[in-house]
Amino acid sequence: MEALEQIKARLGAALPLTKLDILPNECSGGERSLLVEPGRAFDVAKFLRDDAQLKLDYCSNVTGIDWPEAKIKTKVTKKVLVEGVEKEVEEIVETLRSGHLEVVYHLYSMELQHGPIVLRLRTENRADKTHLPSLTPVWRGAEFQEREVYDLYGVIFDGHPDLRRILMWDEFVGFPMRRDYVAPDDFEYEPTPHDEVLAEAKKHYPTTEVKA
Amino acid sequence: MNAVAELPPKSFAVKPKLDESGTPIGELLEVSMGPHHPSTHGVFRMDVSLDGETVVKLKPVFGYLHRNHEKIGENISYLASMPYTDRLDYFCSMTNNWAYALTIEKLAGLAVPERAEYIRVIMAELTRLQNHTCLIGFFVQDMGALGTPMMYAFREREKILDLFESVSGARMMCNYMRFGGVRVDVNDEWLAQTKKVVGDYGNFLDEFEAFLTQNEILLARTQFVGVLPRDLAVSASVTGPMLRASGVNYDLRKVDKYGIYSRFDFQVPVGEHGDVYDRYMMRVLEMRESIKILQQALRDIPAGPVMDPKAKLRGFRPKPGEAYGRVEAPKGELGFYIISDGSPNPYRYRVRPPSFVNLTILEDMCLGHRIADAVVILGSVDIVLGEVDR
Repeated sequence: MEALEQIKARLGAALPLTKLDILPNECSGGERSLLVEPGRAFDVAKFLRDDAQLKLDYCSNVTGIDWPEAKIKTKVTKKVLVEGVEKEVEEIVETLRSGHLEVVYHLYSMELQHGPIVLRLRTENRADKTHLPSLTPVWRGAEFQEREVYDLYGVIFDGHPDLRRILMWDEFVGFPMRRDYVAPDDFEYEPTPHDEVLAEAKKHYPTTEVKA
Repeated sequence: MNAVAELPPKSFAVKPKLDESGTPIGELLEVSMGPHHPSTHGVFRMDVSLDGETVVKLKPVFGYLHRNHEKIGENISYLASMPYTDRLDYFCSMTNNWAYALTIEKLAGLAVPERAEYIRVIMAELTRLQNHTCLIGFFVQDMGALGTPMMYAFREREKILDLFESVSGARMMCNYMRFGGVRVDVNDEWLAQTKKVVGDYGNFLDEFEAFLTQNEILLARTQFVGVLPRDLAVSASVTGPMLRASGVNYDLRKVDKYGIYSRFDFQVPVGEHGDVYDRYMMRVLEMRESIKILQQALRDIPAGPVMDPKAKLRGFRPKPGEAYGRVEAPKGELGFYIISDGSPNPYRYRVRPPSFVNLTILEDMCLGHRIADAVVILGSVDIVLGEVDR
């Protein structure tokens, strides 16, 4: 398969993209990934699927990642004048990473038997702007997996044919895979369909106390 | 592939009778099939709309066994997730272990010694044998062959589980592999016993097939039922024997050549109709290929260590980075996606379960068939709810 840089160049030539980055992977055996702007993700996905050299017809894995706001500490070497002599000094710089949710697609080609290309989409934030385009119309295999990402992370996929909770029950509130999710002490107090049944059953309880 | 090739190559699916506006005539019957229906292989529900006996809508509902395996994995150390992977697909703990170990080895750059690679192949193929045998047992039971065929299947499975138990201490929850090798070495006695079990397995398959492959009821219930077209199978990320039954030659043992699979001489069976019968046949043929792999592995297994000396069991902290590893589990592609941030726990721990993804097109396969066929079609998908729900 061609190098990621080449794919990026061809993508940039074929589609008017404002943001297309190759993200590094510090793991030597792992793959680097393509970060695509959400607005163009659908076109990029179609290009990757239909391009004759790539033919990524198989979307193996779809998953979400939660990146909450965090202070990232990075080491920077600086040249500082110490007593008239220039010296290299290591300094720890703190940068603030804004919080976002990320959706990762692992794409392979069954026809040409190569891959993977790792596609990443990011939401604007974790609170109210969590919309991303659904890639289910491109790869049907993303249908249940995108539902799972919605269920556990709260990413809303626009254009998904049937976006409902899939693993948690429909009445569940919250997104349990987020890093800041706190499980309630007692799950019995979660609203479940059973509550209605219990309320219904109370009608049959005796209204007056029965004395022994 | 089909035994009776003269039959017209068409699906038996029927369309519901519609009036002029395109809505079905009469009222639809909504059936909530499950979660405690015996044919759903666990707690799994299908919300079905029926026109007479014909399925016009089917929505799978699951999550009853959901315990957020991935969240648990993010809160415990890397190695502590290993026994949890046994409980994903509880029929195939060995391949689950292997998929997880493979991903961590990719992440941390560990090498697996020669002997351990052979042991892994032996364990994975034994797992495939017992999974497919059991599946066929369940599958014919779903068609009404109650009890006896399944007991034959379980009798053979027990022999393999005995092998697992003698080497790992547990029949099903083996927890056998480690990052950079396997937990304990196998001895010559065990290898001899395995050779005997594998040698006898072909005879069992002959016997089993004599009952089933040309069986009139099985042919009538499975041929041209639940046809999955090739393009839909690829687009819907279907993997494993189901994909190959639809005519796509895609087996990770050949494509990725993970472990030492490139050394073995075996073939990948591929179907042509993509119906339930092909899916049954795929499993039988795969077992025959597994026997071939096992015989070669048992013949060639070298002596030596079974753990990478660089591997650390305690205080294991891989460098930051991410890796996606996948193996050909008996049910399809089992993948693990791990992100490390340098701490003792993974930052993100994701399981890509084959039976979960294979369920995506359950509705497409069942539409137009009788409700009784939906049972058979679900049986041919081969799901395990421990993995679907995680």
